[in-house]
Amino acid sequence: MPVNPEFIGRAYPASGVYEVSREKIRDFAVAIGDPNPLYRDAAAARAAGYPDVLAPPTFLTVLGFRYVDDGPIADPALGLDYSRVVHGEQRFVAHRPVYAGDQLTSTQFVDAVRTVAGNDLVTLRTEVAGADGEPVADIYMSLVARAAEEK
Amino acid sequence: MALRAFDSVAVGDVLVPQSYGVTRATLIRYAGASGDFNVIHWSERTAVEVGLPGVIAHGMFTMSQVARFVTDWAGDPAAVLEYGVRFTRPVVVPDDDAGAEIVVSGTLEKLDAEAKTAVVNLTVKVGDDKVLMGSRATVRLA
Repeated sequence: MPVNPEFIGRAYPASGVYEVSREKIRDFAVAIGDPNPLYRDAAAARAAGYPDVLAPPTFLTVLGFRYVDDGPIADPALGLDYSRVVHGEQRFVAHRPVYAGDQLTSTQFVDAVRTVAGNDLVTLRTEVAGADGEPVADIYMSLVARAAEEK
Repeated sequence: MALRAFDSVAVGDVLVPQSYGVTRATLIRYAGASGDFNVIHWSERTAVEVGLPGVIAHGMFTMSQVARFVTDWAGDPAAVLEYGVRFTRPVVVPDDDAGAEIVVSGTLEKLDAEAKTAVVNLTVKVGDDKVLMGSRATVRLA
């Protein structure tokens, strides 16, 4: 079943507010192998002029998985075969850094849907905002559902 | 670590390449930290069934290593304003102690004197494979 182009522009808000925690940032920093103290030491972060530990630049990917059930990928009507999906492109646009203590809301949109040589290409945009509604980041993700191989 | 000075860089500068290792253990830890439990990142049987060469690294894991390269060069994670990659080849991670080695290099492509920003063009290879292409980061310098 090919991906349904009627989904373009549809908004999928996350079902909750994501509370960025020091411990989650620490676990993420350890997992990516980055020893930068700005991710692990609140005193070091404050000494550098930040309100609390910083999240690494790709940390917001966590929100996508936390709220995946609220997004278009989980919508069966979209027609995306997730078992054949590989990640095509990813782009982060940061409006401000992410800190421990942030309370983030996010909404996903289907920006584009294409089928090329049997492969489905879906581009999603996630808008992440802070507690006051101020823009934090925009995340663009392209997924490719590879065509089934000839048997 | 201090933010790199805008006046200290020039278009064409070559950033010193860095290597980042990834083993199966890394993928398990990253799955837990990121919430991405996609089976192709831990199940050899399933990865092969869907036509992949074997278990592959999360694309976002590879992207996080490129982000390390950029933030270490810039001197401040908060300086990364924009950052994008295109995933061209999977990073196959064998089930052994060595795993795979991600090598990141870059060149300074563009400078904006008014905004004090630099655009770095990144190349990411595993062995001879360019696993990411068209990867760029925009960084605000001091």
